Amino acid sequence: MKIHLKIWRQKDAKTKGKLVDYMLDQVDHHMSFLEMMDTLNEQLILKGEMPVEFDHDCREGICGTCGMMINGQAHGPVPGLTACQLHMREFEDGATIYVEPFRATAFPIKRDLKVDRSAFDRIIQAGGFITANTGQPVEANTLLITHEIAESAFDSAACIGCGACVATCKNSSAALFTSAKISHLAKIPQGEKEAAKRVLKMVSRMDEEGFGHCSNTEACEVECPQGISVLNIARMNWEYTKANLLKD
Amino acid sequence: MELDAKIPAGPLETKWSQYKVQAKLVNPANRKKLPVIVVGTGLAGASAAASLAEQGYPVTSFCFQDSARRAHSVAAQGGVNAAKNYQNDGDSVYRMFYDTLKGGDFRAREANVYRLAECSLNLIDQAVAQGVPFAREYGGYLSNRSFGGVQVSRTFYARGQTGQQLLLGAYQALMRQVSLGKVTLHSRHEMLDLVVAEGKAKGIIARNLDSGLIERFAAEAVVIATGGFGKIYYLSTLAMGCNGSAIWRAHKRGALMACPSWTQIHPTSLPQSGDYQSKLTLMSESLRNDGRIWVPKLPDEQRAANDIPEQERDYYLERRYPSFGNLAPRDISSRAAKERIDAGFGVGAQRNAVYLDFSKAIKEQGKEKIKEKYGNLFSMYKKITADDAYAAPMKISPAAHFSMGGLWVDYELMTTIPGLFAIGEANFADHGANRLGANSLLQACVDGYFILPYTLANYLSGELKKEKITTAHPEFDRIEREVITQLAGLCEIKGTKTADYFHKKLGKLLYDKCGLSRSAEGLTEAIEGIKVLRAAFYKDLIVPGTADEINSELEKAGRVADYLEIAELMCHDALSREESCGAHFREEYQTADGEALRDDENYCYVSAWEWKGKDSLPLLHPEHLKFEFIKLSVRSYS
Repeated sequence: MKIHLKIWRQKDAKTKGKLVDYMLDQVDHHMSFLEMMDTLNEQLILKGEMPVEFDHDCREGICGTCGMMINGQAHGPVPGLTACQLHMREFEDGATIYVEPFRATAFPIKRDLKVDRSAFDRIIQAGGFITANTGQPVEANTLLITHEIAESAFDSAACIGCGACVATCKNSSAALFTSAKISHLAKIPQGEKEAAKRVLKMVSRMDEEGFGHCSNTEACEVECPQGISVLNIARMNWEYTKANLLKD
Repeated sequence: MELDAKIPAGPLETKWSQYKVQAKLVNPANRKKLPVIVVGTGLAGASAAASLAEQGYPVTSFCFQDSARRAHSVAAQGGVNAAKNYQNDGDSVYRMFYDTLKGGDFRAREANVYRLAECSLNLIDQAVAQGVPFAREYGGYLSNRSFGGVQVSRTFYARGQTGQQLLLGAYQALMRQVSLGKVTLHSRHEMLDLVVAEGKAKGIIARNLDSGLIERFAAEAVVIATGGFGKIYYLSTLAMGCNGSAIWRAHKRGALMACPSWTQIHPTSLPQSGDYQSKLTLMSESLRNDGRIWVPKLPDEQRAANDIPEQERDYYLERRYPSFGNLAPRDISSRAAKERIDAGFGVGAQRNAVYLDFSKAIKEQGKEKIKEKYGNLFSMYKKITADDAYAAPMKISPAAHFSMGGLWVDYELMTTIPGLFAIGEANFADHGANRLGANSLLQACVDGYFILPYTLANYLSGELKKEKITTAHPEFDRIEREVITQLAGLCEIKGTKTADYFHKKLGKLLYDKCGLSRSAEGLTEAIEGIKVLRAAFYKDLIVPGTADEINSELEKAGRVADYLEIAELMCHDALSREESCGAHFREEYQTADGEALRDDENYCYVSAWEWKGKDSLPLLHPEHLKFEFIKLSVRSYS
């Protein structure tokens, strides 16, 4: 199949970027989207041009490294997919595809489609963990967690930190990412003890990093490749209010 | 060179506890004077860096990804083993030790494997304390399932995302130490060389992948936790960035490489569909708990799977290995699949796959139950292939997966360079010639959380009073210059073929000649072929741009340059081992039934190789394996 690409090229955070046109005329519909990008890059390199820089690693939808806006949608048109799992069979022969980086003030562009998402790491550093040193924890089965709670904690823990929620949010809010971690750890008994401290620190860190506020548009849930629910945000708000009310 | 594995004396059950009692300690006040470098932030690296920082050592940690949370441990699906015997089905540390040694075809050290099984108990407790949401029974107790090569349920799991959840636990522990200022984390950095000064590992040279800047880092010990090099086959289940460069550069600085030809080929990957393909996706082995593997009895069968009647299907694993059936170990299952595919019974468009069929399980347990157990794997299958595995069997195929070989380490996980440690998949230890499912997450975690913190302290206690080496040492100058010259050299070739072109050629060559089966003839051809390919690489490679900017093509080129050398050592290793064991199947050495024929008399050793320069043959130093506690037996699963 034939594909017309309009790809955002930008040398670095300081330089102005623009959409550049490319044409590929032998795209196999079994190819993944990133394999199509590989094909383009191979051609660019052989012509002596710089390839399009984009982040990617596991190519099986779990590491969260890849991320780009494809036709204005985070990770492209199919719900519940990362860009690496999107396949060319989803596009028509002759289609024009716009490829742009995830955009947010808190995610500065490094080059082309590569962005800096280290703000997410700093949100986790603010408290997204359980304070447990390596050593002699209690026997695992002394801590009973019902099937339902474990499954529900897992649903929140499954976030891959890709940043699609931020990129798709009109306020560039990190509420879905942050709330997923807060919920995961607040739901299980091990994480409960620090829950109040955790939510206050993580939320304030989120603001410091330049992410916007959540205005309940719920676009994040629609674009999340892992189907993380906005109920996590409600849970975060509840934990936050509770922590503020009860703090000394 | 006489290799000393430093295995403590005494009964198997007390070796590790005795070691811990006798290991030297470092006073808490002195720990801050002993900085440590940890390269890699997967399960091994993140757990080690966090645990060492908790103890008070200043840790500098590196990963090439944009975040420590993205290491490829994140993709492990199935589970992690521990001999907890929660199921009351007869599991014990000893049984796990035995299953693991047997699974590895008796080519691992007894003491290491026993320690692995022993520490497995603590790991589950540790992970639960960190908040890892393992599967639970309705009453709140932990749940287990079974994996290949064993007959008990000892695998703990978090749906099909166990690696992700364990990694997030370790990552969060690491982030906590970063926030406390105990760990300095450099993401988007790649280790490009090891600095050995005064005979000891004293630092690394790394490239900042954002700026291209070459940076020096000094420490009192260096820990390599960079995972395996299975991506050498190009098509593999590994992430695109997985590479062997850090261990290979350390090897060229004097660390021996052990058993590099032992690469696990995983039986349940999705088959290749075309030449453009960049990777193969794994489906968890846990699927084999309920899925039945078969191929048509007729060669070149054209009917769809569901149209082939029961009596015309060959459930070859159940036929050949009745007591383990579909849960036969990975090397056995992969080879059995290759045998059927090569004999013309393969299925799918490229005739390179076998069926993994859930129809019986769905009929017996209901679709809902199967969905609950494996739902995410079925949806992943659908995302990639657009096929519905509830309605028709999955198509699966063997693919390169895990390196059992790596840097040679002693019982303390130290390489032959003092002060250089290798943990997790980057070392060779514990798995033998084949790794059982759910043991890799275990080894990575156990090395990082529970073993290295003791053994590294034992080493560091001797370094306290020695004079400190800084980045101003002339060895840093010399090695930094070498790194810069190599990078500039790659950029200046300005040929006509990309790094991927050479990587694909190399991968195909290795898969054919040093993959699922090997022969002396094929390996000799491969060694010649690799030499030709390497010469072409240095003449005809094209890398656009420069070394002092973001340049992912340059990153790839450096990795492929190393692969072109590792590949040759893999072939020498495979050629020198004139027996079949685990993942290493030499066609010349097989039983009448086509099973692997081990030669304990002559090859019961770990092959450790010394680098002798680029134009010389590597030198073999065998470490003879002593079996004091178990008797070697023929590995039978029938």
